[in-house]
Amino acid sequence: MPSATNENGVSESSEALQEQIVDQEMADGEFEFEGEIDPNKIQMLPGASEDGTAASFRILQEDHTLGNALRYMIMKNPNVEFCGYSIPHPSEAAMNLRIQTYGEISAIQALEKGLDDLMELCDHVEDEYRKAVEAGEYSTFEP
Amino acid sequence: MVDNISAQRNRVGIEHDRVTNVSSTDFPGYYPGEDQAWNIDKFKKNFKIQISYLSDISSSFDLVGNDASIANAFRRIMISEVPTLAIEYVYVENNTSIIQDEVLAHRLGLIPLKANPDYLRWFKKDDPDIEPTDYDTVVLHLSAKCTANPNPPPGTTDPKVLYNNANVYASAIKFEPQGRQAEWFPDGITATNPDILIAKLRPGQEIDLTMHCILGIGQDHAKFSPVATASYRLLPTIDIIGPPLTGPLAQKFKSCFPEGVIAINSKGEAYVKDARKDTVSREVLRHSEFEGRVKLGRQRDHFIFNIESTGAMTPDEIFIKSVQLLKRKCQILRKFDLRT
Repeated sequence: MPSATNENGVSESSEALQEQIVDQEMADGEFEFEGEIDPNKIQMLPGASEDGTAASFRILQEDHTLGNALRYMIMKNPNVEFCGYSIPHPSEAAMNLRIQTYGEISAIQALEKGLDDLMELCDHVEDEYRKAVEAGEYSTFEP
Repeated sequence: MVDNISAQRNRVGIEHDRVTNVSSTDFPGYYPGEDQAWNIDKFKKNFKIQISYLSDISSSFDLVGNDASIANAFRRIMISEVPTLAIEYVYVENNTSIIQDEVLAHRLGLIPLKANPDYLRWFKKDDPDIEPTDYDTVVLHLSAKCTANPNPPPGTTDPKVLYNNANVYASAIKFEPQGRQAEWFPDGITATNPDILIAKLRPGQEIDLTMHCILGIGQDHAKFSPVATASYRLLPTIDIIGPPLTGPLAQKFKSCFPEGVIAINSKGEAYVKDARKDTVSREVLRHSEFEGRVKLGRQRDHFIFNIESTGAMTPDEIFIKSVQLLKRKCQILRKFDLRT
């Protein structure tokens, strides 16, 4: 249904959703957005190098949606020599991610930076989109 | 122009039998001496969103400056991971119609409901001890009975005249507010389109059932997908190389593309007026006269999104939720401490 908009031009339901997310963030790390978080969500696989510059991770319940986007962001890091992801079998909801760095930083640091950068990107895309919707320089019917 | 180095990098080449230069190459180390590292300020400078139209049902907008992996992530999340409300459990009291119970239940599940999914919590399906509450379940009721018209005009065969209530439409579904749902959903919960035909009845047949609706995502069942579809295409580019085309050749060139893509200027030369309207049928590559004179391609970082909503949420809400969900996925992973 056409959602109500408050005076800021932002649809109220999205604000409610934002509040929901903020509320859950304020809670002690327990996300209930889609059920409890599996403690096995991300694990380091055996076969990491001694100094931690090369490692493989296994992420459950994720697929190309996060895998490809995360791989792109991690590759944008100049300290990363190699980053690739694979889905070992389509029937199993798991994704393997391998990161190898040149030695300045560890693989875990590269992963964390990649996640932070992706979150930064999402924030900016959302801000720009909201601004564009509010600016209203578009037609409201399908040509 | 094709001579420009950065334009060349940005172009996916389209030949008559294949596409070239498909993968993105903007990674550090690929071009020696260049700094291609992730920089939020550089990204902000190049990033642009332009909305073509935004109605309650569909929207088309341009996303410029992103990589295909991110745009695809948004598209995939819109289709399969934005939660919506749909009928999940159907409790059949009486069904003497010709439609089998399970077929009727399947059809009911596919009806898109006009409900704001933000007001509901997730219902844990697998746990047998958990009872549905007003927080997570919406109860709907459908009751229809077909009777014969006692005095039909003689000789008609129109079922609308001969029978009462022969067609059961989605408008017949009644919302039964539980607990505090009357204040959360003051307008009630109905199907997005009241004219959806659910079943056809004849005199003496009746349907009486109760339905429970819960939140779900498209990955679980396609009925939970909030979009009819969400897709994107890359902006096509047409470059005329060498001397401009004139005369009858220009006319033929113009006819190889859809209306409005190519125009003829006052000097009789063909020029590219609006490459965006092109559907990239590659018709021009089939004619030997134009060999070497035109180069087709697509711009790798310019995505033209098209979102068609089923009616539960507006397209801008769906896109915003999809971006927030991608961020949420990263947040969840970020909270783990892998060093232990």
